[in-house]
Amino acid sequence: MTLNEVKEILDAEVLFGRDQLGMEVKTAFGADLMSDVLAFAKSGSLLLTGLTNPQVIRTSDILDIAAIIMVRGKKPAPETIRLAEELNIPILSTKYILFETAGRLYEKGIKGCLERVDSNFARP
Amino acid sequence: MHVHEKPIYESSHTVEGGNFDEAGKVASQIKANLKKVGLRKDVIMKAALVAYESEINIVSYAKKGMIQISVTAQKVNIEAIDEGQGIPDINLAMQEGYSTATSKIREMGFGAGMGLCNIKKFSDLFQITSEIGKGTHLKMVINIVNGS
Repeated sequence: MTLNEVKEILDAEVLFGRDQLGMEVKTAFGADLMSDVLAFAKSGSLLLTGLTNPQVIRTSDILDIAAIIMVRGKKPAPETIRLAEELNIPILSTKYILFETAGRLYEKGIKGCLERVDSNFARP
Repeated sequence: MHVHEKPIYESSHTVEGGNFDEAGKVASQIKANLKKVGLRKDVIMKAALVAYESEINIVSYAKKGMIQISVTAQKVNIEAIDEGQGIPDINLAMQEGYSTATSKIREMGFGAGMGLCNIKKFSDLFQITSEIGKGTHLKMVINIVNGS
C-alpha cells in the first residue's frame, strides 16, 4: 500500500513528507520504547508511536524506517519536525489510538515487521 | 584472521553528557559516514544501532565521552569510553530490565534496562569494563566477513 493510502485509512495529517506519499509500505512496528524499536523494527517499515521527541527521528534514521505515524493525536515539537526534515523522514499524525491504528492498517493488509519475539531472536 | 588489518575508515566523536537534545547526532553521523565507505546495509545498521545505544548511555550517565570507530575489510570496531560514575555491578547492569534511569531518560524512550542488552545482541563481540567514579569502557566488534 502507498503512504497516501495509509494517510487515508488513518485520517492522518501529514506533518512532513508530503512529496513521499507515493512510497510503498508493507510492514509496521508499534512501540513507545525506542530500545524496543531498535531491537525489533525492520528497515522500510512504518513506525507507530506515541512518542514525539527528536529521538523518534534519530531511531528511525538508524533503522531506515519508511515513515513515522504519531498516534493518539500527538503533535511533535518543532525541533522534532526540523530533524525529520533534515533526515528526510515523513511524519504523519493520527487521532486514532495505537491499537486502532494498528488494527485499521492490519485489516487493509499491512503486517507486523515480525510476528513474535522468540527467546533466540537476533536481528538477521 | 590473525593478520593486522589496516583500517579503511576511522573516526572519533565526542559526546557531551547530559545534552539530551543532541543525543543520537553522533550515531546519525557515523551511519552517514559508513554509508559513504560502502559497507553492507546490515553491517551499517548494526554499527549505527550499537553506536546509538552507547551514545544514549553516555548522554544519560556520564559527564562526557567518546565514540571511536575503525573499519577494516574484516570488521567494524566500535569503542565507547566515558568519564562518568561507572557501573557498580556489571552483571546486574547487563540484566534485561534493570535500570537506574531518570525520568528525563525515560521521556526520550529509553531507560528500560535494554540498552546494554541491545548492544550485546547486535555485536559479534562485546566487552565491558567499568570503574566506580572513573567511567565505563565498551568495546564492540561487528563482523563484515562471516566467520572471521
